[in-house]
Amino acid sequence: MVRRLIMFVATLWAAVTVNFFIPRLMPGTPADAALAKLAGTGPVSPAQKQAIEDTLGVPHTGLASQYWHYLDDAAHGRFGISYTYFPEPVTSLIRTALPWTLVLVGSATVLAFVVGTLAGVLAAWRRGRVIDAVSTVGSTFTSAFPYFWTALLLLFVFAFKLNWFPIKGGYQASVSPNWSPSFVADAAFHSVLPALTILVSGLGGWLLGMRNNMVNTLGEDYVTFAEANGLRGRTIALRYAARNALLPNITAFGMALGLVVGGSLLTEVVFAYPGVGYLLYNSVVNEDFPLMQALFLAITVSVLVANLIVDLLYGLLDPRSRRRAA
Amino acid sequence: MNATRVHTVDIGPRSSWLPRPLWRAVQTVWSNRMARVGVVILGVLVLVAVFAPLLAPYSPTDTDFGRSVGPGAAHWLGTTGSGQDAFSRLLYGARVSLVVAFAAGILSTVIAIAVGLFAGYLVGLAEETINFVVNLFLVVPALPLMIVIATYSPSRGVGVIVLVVVLTGWAWGARVLRAQTATLRGRDFVAAAEFSGERPHRIVFREILPNMTSLVAASFLGAATAAVLGEAGLEFLGLGNPNTISWGTMLFWAQNDNALLVGQWPQILAPGLAIALLAASLSLINFGVDALSNPRLREGVSR
Repeated sequence: MVRRLIMFVATLWAAVTVNFFIPRLMPGTPADAALAKLAGTGPVSPAQKQAIEDTLGVPHTGLASQYWHYLDDAAHGRFGISYTYFPEPVTSLIRTALPWTLVLVGSATVLAFVVGTLAGVLAAWRRGRVIDAVSTVGSTFTSAFPYFWTALLLLFVFAFKLNWFPIKGGYQASVSPNWSPSFVADAAFHSVLPALTILVSGLGGWLLGMRNNMVNTLGEDYVTFAEANGLRGRTIALRYAARNALLPNITAFGMALGLVVGGSLLTEVVFAYPGVGYLLYNSVVNEDFPLMQALFLAITVSVLVANLIVDLLYGLLDPRSRRRAA
Repeated sequence: MNATRVHTVDIGPRSSWLPRPLWRAVQTVWSNRMARVGVVILGVLVLVAVFAPLLAPYSPTDTDFGRSVGPGAAHWLGTTGSGQDAFSRLLYGARVSLVVAFAAGILSTVIAIAVGLFAGYLVGLAEETINFVVNLFLVVPALPLMIVIATYSPSRGVGVIVLVVVLTGWAWGARVLRAQTATLRGRDFVAAAEFSGERPHRIVFREILPNMTSLVAASFLGAATAAVLGEAGLEFLGLGNPNTISWGTMLFWAQNDNALLVGQWPQILAPGLAIALLAASLSLINFGVDALSNPRLREGVSR
């Protein structure tokens, strides 16, 4: 447990450091470009200027001192201001956008994982029957769909042609976000198509992974032994095979999170959903480097934390991994 | 279990140009119905890419067909917002996607094998260090990293895309291979090899690697699939070279020209479907490859 936490902190440090080096290793001087753009937009306080220079790199000083300043800024959440949304500080923009993405991606991904895993158990247990063939071939194709393409098609059919769902956004533009039941219902309504996109594109991967693990597990000696003992089929499938087949799928869940996040960023772009993906897209289009850099860090740290949770869960589920780690 | 039934692979007519184990591998993959479908789809796409100049009705860069003409007999998918024949562009687009898929897939797999096997076999500080780097590349979400690097990059093109896709794509395979290596390390045949004084790199490549053929192939197919989808995503966001003729840039331009709103939905549907077909064909082949080293997954073998 302590080991995992140390690993987490070390990974966090490494991610922050990667974020420090990317703009510095790139050709050109992103900081100068950013400051020039900012100067054209309005007055910039010396503190803001300093924060941007620390993030993007202006070689007044040595690399070590720049790095120290950058760590100090990162710890205090100083990432400068955005010039796309002048004079909004980068951190407050991210704070507004992050919950939207967390709720959307979190719920849709967990749903896709649970449904896909259960369907995978069923497909493996009914191996060679119609349900196996249909679900295996079907999910091979759906998991090959690019997220943004699924999003575009759903948008075209359900929002544009049938008019069942809103075309874009996360809530009605006429109201500002609050916690009233009517607003929450409206936000949920707006999130149906984006969530469906993540579900459609994500489901197949879990199904296929679980099916293959199950097929492997069902060939193990203890399953044959359980069969020889005359246990019921369902008991063998769920209590013997599925429990062991689930473990690699949970590892895959941690690994796939980054991919799912990437896919949902594209989904957000298509639906103009007010999360970090759409914000990142806007920062890229406008070459808003301070915002882009801070968003990258925020997304990475979120995925890191989610991974830590999955890791801890894995240790809880598989005693062998605990013993190995000890 | 049906102990008396031995699964035999029909060698068929002897091939003179393939060594026998490879020939058997091809047969095993081919004997899987889904893999066969995948090979056929991939084969058709490769043929389309190679013979695009013969198949395409027009030049993909010709702009004098009138802007945003709807689908019809002359232009099966209509024309783009700048007056190019969309169907011709679709055929030519297969080239870029296939090149990116194979280049990025091969490069990622080579890195994944090297890193994954040694991390799984070694113990102590070396293992920890390699694991740490692999985990770092795994948790840093790939698409945002690709986006950030591509945004800073002064040149836009297929080469940059292949590089960022490989940079973010190798770690997945490395982790899967590492996990399997760690499992195999504890098996008796590895212990036997160690006791007989075999050197580490021989154990890794001659004892452990052959037991992971399906995982290596799966890493390649997975990395290639991810490359196809990653390329499409980057180009859709406008981070590729907009003058490249590829499925991703087709979608980028279609979205820019509001194709859905002006009834040009075939120009969204067709390139996306082509991407999905390519990615799906790679996954389908993977089913047959799984059967290679895992007889349990072979069709027609009862549990």
